Amino acid sequence: MTTPTPLWRHPEFAVGARETRDVALGIGAWGLVAGIAMSKAGLGPVFAVAMSLFVFAGSAQLAALPLMVQGAPLWVIWATAFCVNLRFIIFSAGWRPYFESLSRTKRLFLAYFTVDFTYIAFMRRFPRPGDVRAQMAYVAGNVAVSWVAWQSMTVLGVLLADVIPERWGLGFAGSLALLGITASLLADRATWIAAAVAACAALAAFALPFHLNVVVAIAAAMAVGVLIDHFSLPRTAVSEEDAA
Amino acid sequence: MKAWTTIVAIAGLTVVSVVTRGFFMIPDREVPIPAWLREALRYAPLAALVAVLLPEIAMTGDHLIATWKDARIYATAVAILVFVASRSLLGTILAGTAVLLALRLSLGW
Repeated sequence: MTTPTPLWRHPEFAVGARETRDVALGIGAWGLVAGIAMSKAGLGPVFAVAMSLFVFAGSAQLAALPLMVQGAPLWVIWATAFCVNLRFIIFSAGWRPYFESLSRTKRLFLAYFTVDFTYIAFMRRFPRPGDVRAQMAYVAGNVAVSWVAWQSMTVLGVLLADVIPERWGLGFAGSLALLGITASLLADRATWIAAAVAACAALAAFALPFHLNVVVAIAAAMAVGVLIDHFSLPRTAVSEEDAA
Repeated sequence: MKAWTTIVAIAGLTVVSVVTRGFFMIPDREVPIPAWLREALRYAPLAALVAVLLPEIAMTGDHLIATWKDARIYATAVAILVFVASRSLLGTILAGTAVLLALRLSLGW
């Protein structure tokens, strides 16, 4: 048996890393803000850094923090993080066909490191499942950059919490990264409509706890997306027949 | 919260990260996902992005921005223009952040 080339030497590793580099500034800005928030919540710098290093889920951390500081029961803290992370469960259904051939340990290891941007960029790069080594190398390149950007800036945020004024609104750089990624996904009429429906649903369900409005928005956009796909498919088939 | 409780909480939150991100990766046997659902999943990331993004750029507290004196409006507008013109994510982030900082620090918006 020949030793496979290490993932980081695979050409897709560089592609994943390069695409992530472009948004690393946004990821880093968010990490900085999350670090500041965690430090100010009163958990202490050691636990704040430990939490970031292990949990590696910004919005779940920020939702769980106040509960931890208040001394809420453990199950409430975990249930809150679970609800905030519900979107990942939906994403994981999309991951499955790509990595089915790997062992369970490898699948879970890979899944643990994949944040929203990893999933989005990956699906743009690989619309259909294919060469599993190339896919893993791409994910590894993406994760290497996003993990370092996020973690280093979170630690910096914890350390500099009292130095950086909140009114600078640096976290907005993270939102702008999201804005650019969203814009890059608006490819056709179906995606525009799905995005508009998601926005309306997210607004209408905004009062729900645990960021559940995100889940409502996903469900609404998926339903509308399927409807559009189904109603436009037969028409294409007919026009092809006409052409023939 | 005592130190050991915090450690248990963080350990549990780590498990939550693994379980949610890997949810459908856990079973070894193939998970039957109907074709329509597979199609629908294509729209999930876009919808999640929009839902997470909306309160950040267009809302104050629990309602939409109701004033013109909010730096985010102009920062977002400039960012969109830069993205449409250049398709560059880095340029979008830099331009929008520059507008935001300029308006916040000069006018206090």
